[in-house]
Amino acid sequence: MSSGDEASQTLSKKSKKPQYSRFTQQELPACKPILTPGLVITTLISIGIIFVPIGLGSLSASEHVVEIVDRYDDACVPSKGDDEAAKRERLSFIQNAKTNKTCIRNLVVPKKMKHPIYVYYQLDNFYQNHRRYVKSRSDRQYRSPGSEGETKTCDPESEVDDHRPIVPCGLIAWSLFNDTYGISTKDNPIPINKKDIAWQSDKNSKFGSNVYPKNFQKQDPVGGGKLNESVPLSEQEDLLVWMRTAALPNFRKLYGRIETDLEANEKITVVIQNNYNTYSFDSKKQLVLSTTTWIGGKNDFLGKAYISVGGICLFLAIAFILTYVIKPRPLGDPAYLSWNQNSAAR
Amino acid sequence: MADRSKSRIRFSRLYSFLCLRSPFRDEHSQIGQKGFSRVVYCNEPDSTEQLQLRYRSNYVSTTKYNAFNFIPKSLFEQFRRVANIYFLVVACVSFSPLAPYTATSILFPLIVVIGATMAKEAVEDWRRRKQDIEANNRKVEVYDRNHNFQETRWKKLRVGDLVKVYKNEYFPADLLLLSSSYEDGICYVETMNLDGETNLKVKHALDVTASLHDDDSFQQFKAVMKCEDPNEDLYAFVGTLFYNGQRHPLSVQQILLRDSKLRNTDYVYGVVIFTGHDTKVMQNATDPPSKRSNIERKMDKIIYILFSTLILISFIGSFFFGIQTKNDIVGGKLKRWYLRPDKTTVFYDPKRAVLAAFFHFLTGLMLYGSLIPISLYVSIEIVKVLQSIFINQDQDMYYEDTDKPARARTSNLNEELGQVDTILSDKTGTLTCNSMEFVKCTIAGIAYGRGMTEVERALAKRKGKAVPDSGNTSSYVRGSSDRHTDSGKSIRGFNFRDERIMNGHWVNEPHADVIQKFFRVLALCHTAIPDVNQESGEISYEAESPDEAAFVIAARELGFEFFERTQTSISLHEFDHQSGRKIDRSYKLLHVLEFSSARKRMSVIVQNVENQLLLLCKGADSVMFERLSRNGRDFEATTRDHIKEYAEAGLRTLVVAYRELNEEEFRLWEEEFLQAQTSLNADRDAMVDAAAERIERNLILLGATAVEDKLQKGVPECIDKLAEAGIKMWVITGDKMETAINIGYACSLLRDDMKQIVVTLDSPEINDLERQGNKEAIAKASSASISKQISEGNSQISLSNGSSISFGLIIDGKSLSFALNKNLEDSFLDLAINCSSVICCRSTPKQKALVTRLVKRGIGKTTLAIGDGANDVGMLQEADIGVGISGVEGMQAVMSSDFSIAQFRFLERLLLVHGHWCYRRISMMICYFFYKNIAFGFTLFWFEAYASFSGKPAYNDWYMSFYNVFFTSLPVIALGVFDQDISARLCLKYPVLYKEGVQNVLFSWPLVLGWMLNGVISSMIIFFFTTNAVVNQAFRRDGHVVDYEVLGVMMYTCVVWTVNCQMAISINYFTWIQHFFIWGSIAFWYAFLVMYGAVSPIISTTAYQVLVETCAPSPFYWLVTLLVVVSSLLPYLSYRTLQIQFRPMIHDIIQRLRSEGSETEISGELSLGNKEKLALVEEKLIDRVNAT
Repeated sequence: MSSGDEASQTLSKKSKKPQYSRFTQQELPACKPILTPGLVITTLISIGIIFVPIGLGSLSASEHVVEIVDRYDDACVPSKGDDEAAKRERLSFIQNAKTNKTCIRNLVVPKKMKHPIYVYYQLDNFYQNHRRYVKSRSDRQYRSPGSEGETKTCDPESEVDDHRPIVPCGLIAWSLFNDTYGISTKDNPIPINKKDIAWQSDKNSKFGSNVYPKNFQKQDPVGGGKLNESVPLSEQEDLLVWMRTAALPNFRKLYGRIETDLEANEKITVVIQNNYNTYSFDSKKQLVLSTTTWIGGKNDFLGKAYISVGGICLFLAIAFILTYVIKPRPLGDPAYLSWNQNSAAR
Repeated sequence: MADRSKSRIRFSRLYSFLCLRSPFRDEHSQIGQKGFSRVVYCNEPDSTEQLQLRYRSNYVSTTKYNAFNFIPKSLFEQFRRVANIYFLVVACVSFSPLAPYTATSILFPLIVVIGATMAKEAVEDWRRRKQDIEANNRKVEVYDRNHNFQETRWKKLRVGDLVKVYKNEYFPADLLLLSSSYEDGICYVETMNLDGETNLKVKHALDVTASLHDDDSFQQFKAVMKCEDPNEDLYAFVGTLFYNGQRHPLSVQQILLRDSKLRNTDYVYGVVIFTGHDTKVMQNATDPPSKRSNIERKMDKIIYILFSTLILISFIGSFFFGIQTKNDIVGGKLKRWYLRPDKTTVFYDPKRAVLAAFFHFLTGLMLYGSLIPISLYVSIEIVKVLQSIFINQDQDMYYEDTDKPARARTSNLNEELGQVDTILSDKTGTLTCNSMEFVKCTIAGIAYGRGMTEVERALAKRKGKAVPDSGNTSSYVRGSSDRHTDSGKSIRGFNFRDERIMNGHWVNEPHADVIQKFFRVLALCHTAIPDVNQESGEISYEAESPDEAAFVIAARELGFEFFERTQTSISLHEFDHQSGRKIDRSYKLLHVLEFSSARKRMSVIVQNVENQLLLLCKGADSVMFERLSRNGRDFEATTRDHIKEYAEAGLRTLVVAYRELNEEEFRLWEEEFLQAQTSLNADRDAMVDAAAERIERNLILLGATAVEDKLQKGVPECIDKLAEAGIKMWVITGDKMETAINIGYACSLLRDDMKQIVVTLDSPEINDLERQGNKEAIAKASSASISKQISEGNSQISLSNGSSISFGLIIDGKSLSFALNKNLEDSFLDLAINCSSVICCRSTPKQKALVTRLVKRGIGKTTLAIGDGANDVGMLQEADIGVGISGVEGMQAVMSSDFSIAQFRFLERLLLVHGHWCYRRISMMICYFFYKNIAFGFTLFWFEAYASFSGKPAYNDWYMSFYNVFFTSLPVIALGVFDQDISARLCLKYPVLYKEGVQNVLFSWPLVLGWMLNGVISSMIIFFFTTNAVVNQAFRRDGHVVDYEVLGVMMYTCVVWTVNCQMAISINYFTWIQHFFIWGSIAFWYAFLVMYGAVSPIISTTAYQVLVETCAPSPFYWLVTLLVVVSSLLPYLSYRTLQIQFRPMIHDIIQRLRSEGSETEISGELSLGNKEKLALVEEKLIDRVNAT
């Protein structure tokens, strides 16, 4: 209590009147918009006017995309049917490294597809976003050869039995997708360009150009695809694409690019090496050929959503106009005062 | 001169009660025992005995922490909050593999939040420490071994040291006063820092030490003192001084307390008794009871709801996770082989799925942790401190006359100011100025004084009489005959005009001798100290209470000028009616029997020059009339009538009486009294009172005084506004019923259209019983009578139910004590609640607190107590909010209040403007906080559903940590500090707005749950729109598909935009600050992404280059953002529009009024045409509101 007496004494000589400023008196110039019907209706109408054209635009862009989707997982195995025996047979077929898994699919191009045509594989019900799966990687190891022993985070695929580290380690790499596609029209094979299918940043920064696969898939159980040990990781673009884990259990991943146009009604043949085991869990494998536009691939949802939201806004605007016309509230009419009703208000 | 000083010395013995040796017999045993064990060896700095006692040093520390315990202690404080404990546990578990995020990203926000709070604590503590250092290093002169006074720092002071303190210095410790620059050893001290009273108090040195006048006289000074142990009683001290082989009793009169200041005295010598934390002032330093606001208590409940939600969704998550994990191996076959379920840890082991599910549950608790707003507490604290600064800075609550701004002494209760349902107010000093003016008196049964008070004017108005128009209260109405006295010079504290007795005319009145005695009593019977202005010769007075000052001034103005007080005498310039000249008369002051609220009177015993012994007494009528002697009641009847009249006019009355004592009687009594006074018993005060009682009887009535306590400016208007705002007002006062009712009318608490219900015990039957004196019978009859009156009142109210009559309840203190009994409490409360104003008169401070408690508990709504005096402290502490008036009566009330204002009328602005704003801000802020955390937290849950509930968050760890800290926190703080739904001007214009707070509509359960629902809806729109939009197609022209990293960024962008835009559409007040924070937060998100994405992928992992390379070039990304943000705001927007249209809240209507009259509203000013239009509407609005 003895504190600050001298200070307070000198202070007391000065006036304690608060200094005036618009800030301290809470009188700053302010814009005070309120949700008047006029403002709301104007806002809603403008949203509608902006949204509907955007929706139409993206819908039409989506319409321009030509897409061929072919499910081949059920067709490319010897046994069909849903009974246990068939399932077991399918499993032993796919898990047997010796069997010939080549499978030929014939597809028809519905519309002219302009290059570049993107080739994707699509997996369903594959949880690349599972926590155990996502965490099982070692960014340090992938980046520099000096860190190849940093596999602690890669369990259970961190090292082979004699404790030599696996490069690239981790479940993601281990389960690399390894179906391959060869596409041809009548007799001409169509080359699939597999360059630049991964993100540049992955190639440049996340995966080292001097890190080579080691001990990869050298030990049972073998998961997915194998890697060429003479090619550095940054050049293994299939791996890079696979390592960018998908967000949702149904996903597509880029397989390659076709640099030639495909004419409408052209018949194409796809030779598939059906190596990848999706049969143990209920999954689908699909091959997708698709062109792109400014919004990307075929995507009706965005356009439809834009149109619907725009439509709802316009509808609401009209509804508000009507209520305002039918039940206009005169200036400050307190007839609807509700402060005794504890309104469930927001 | 020599003669005078001799007599002074003799009488100073009497005055300080020192001549007796006898009192030691009883109390000697106490000294040295428990509670009285302190021994002080005066002026023996090296004495081994003193050193052995190891009393504390004079170093004081008021800090909560020191360098060593700061970290543990403040951490402990922090983790007493449930939410913080949760986060601490989470942070600890985050180091285990259970954690969905990296440990640092979980620790970071916790550290920021805890760090911010701790920094705040540290800054506050540092300030206290700086003050301590300043105090500890002040200099004081101490007598050293070389027999010189040397400057030393305060903290070096030790018990027993001899110090010299100069004028206007503070005492460094509790001292025993040895002597002063005055011969008789008195000194004056100001105790403002202790009790806030600004008047000077006199202290008296012991007679035996008072002669030690100069530095040299201490060479041989040695003494030992035994006294009580350190305690917190400022007004008592028990001790004995052993000096020159004799014992001398010590009382509080010889004690100079630390932190009081020496005034009007050149220097004093003293011995240190208590040092440092042993001093009384430090012993008194306790923390006031801490109060929490309703909203905060409710907020805790909401947090518990969120915790339950958290547990529920974690449980759902782990349930599904368990099932899916179990299914990974069926019949020895691996299903999701890519997860290696055959070679796994316990967390994912299909064979131990239940255990895995349990661990996953813990993971879930961490994962959905963003449901719990970690920064809520710290944000609210910051916001409240800033709000308090605004309250302190408000110029409209600054009072020029006393140079006092409003002060928010605690920031905990800001929003509570917006929810006050009942105000309990003191009267004197709160509704009134407490600057007393002597306006009337009755002497020898004749009433003098021609002024008219404001209350009288209100009374006359009510009765339909013409009121003389006058701006000045108590204005001079009739006395035209002596205009010359009314020279226009107004004297503070004196507003008395009567030509019959002014200017010496009283000598011609029939009872001139009585008039003379009357004013002599006023001039002598007080404790004021004169202060003669050296230049002008004018005399002003330092008095303990304004009443007393008014009396002394009145006596002066009528020719009895008190000009000097020594320890033993009082001197007057008196107008002698025989000679017609002014002569000096000196009265020997023998005893002062001081005023106390229990005694309700004070007396002095003086001896005049004729050697007559006189007891002069003034006191409340209730205690005085019964003490009159049989032959002293000549004017009793007329005096009583006059007192009643005065009370009706709202005046405070005191009865003045005297008696002559004969030598023998006085001597006998004095012995008894001194014995009582020097006793060391605990019941000493009671003994002194009893002794005083024995001499204060057989008095002879002289007359009575009437002092006006003027209403403060703007009180009626303020009360009107508060009533319009639906706030009920109780006035609890010590005044008589008539006074209280009239004050009630004057300040528009009672109106003519109100029905009065009076509950009183002033009925003939009860009075009869009282005369008989059977206590049980009285209690029984009283209780029955009160019960009857209350039920009558209740039935009156229920009869009038439906009509618009409002009721005013008036109850007196005695009745109140019965009404507050358990059995009547409820019905009394019923009655009181149904009355729009309640006046409790004749109530004691304790009753004030009891009534407050009853109201607080009974109605379960927020109560505010306002008062200015020490007697209001209980009430202020008991109420939900205590508001102290920083007025004349000292600072105790302010010290124990939560807010202090200088004038009652500022309450209007404090409640209607600041209260409303703070309430709205805080409740909006909390609702929004929950909204934004739910909107964010639930997106995680939806994502989990698509990640087989494995516990992988949708976002990068650091996005999550920064959510509450950077991307959403500043706008919500801006909302809490700056938002104004309605401008201050309109808040005051439409007090109905305040009802929103009283009924708590802005923080009602439906509303809070509504915001939560809105949060869930937003999260659903954000998640499902985004995921459906991206499905699995390419999202760029170059064929790249959306992966985990991109989806996270997309959703997070939508969340940041949505919650910030939601803020933008739910506030109605945009200054540059709001714009800056809202849009700045969004911009900061992008800036953060760019920066974070630019660092090495080892650190940024999934955020590496994600905006620059991946998202920004894709129009799809921006289109999704736009779509999702607009869609998630639509539900709220349409709901609000409909609500404003069909079930508007009060602030909606007022905003509407403002905006519709606003085309010409330029910076808060309305043009005339619109003003009229608004006024019309306003009337209509208010009519309707009143009707409902």
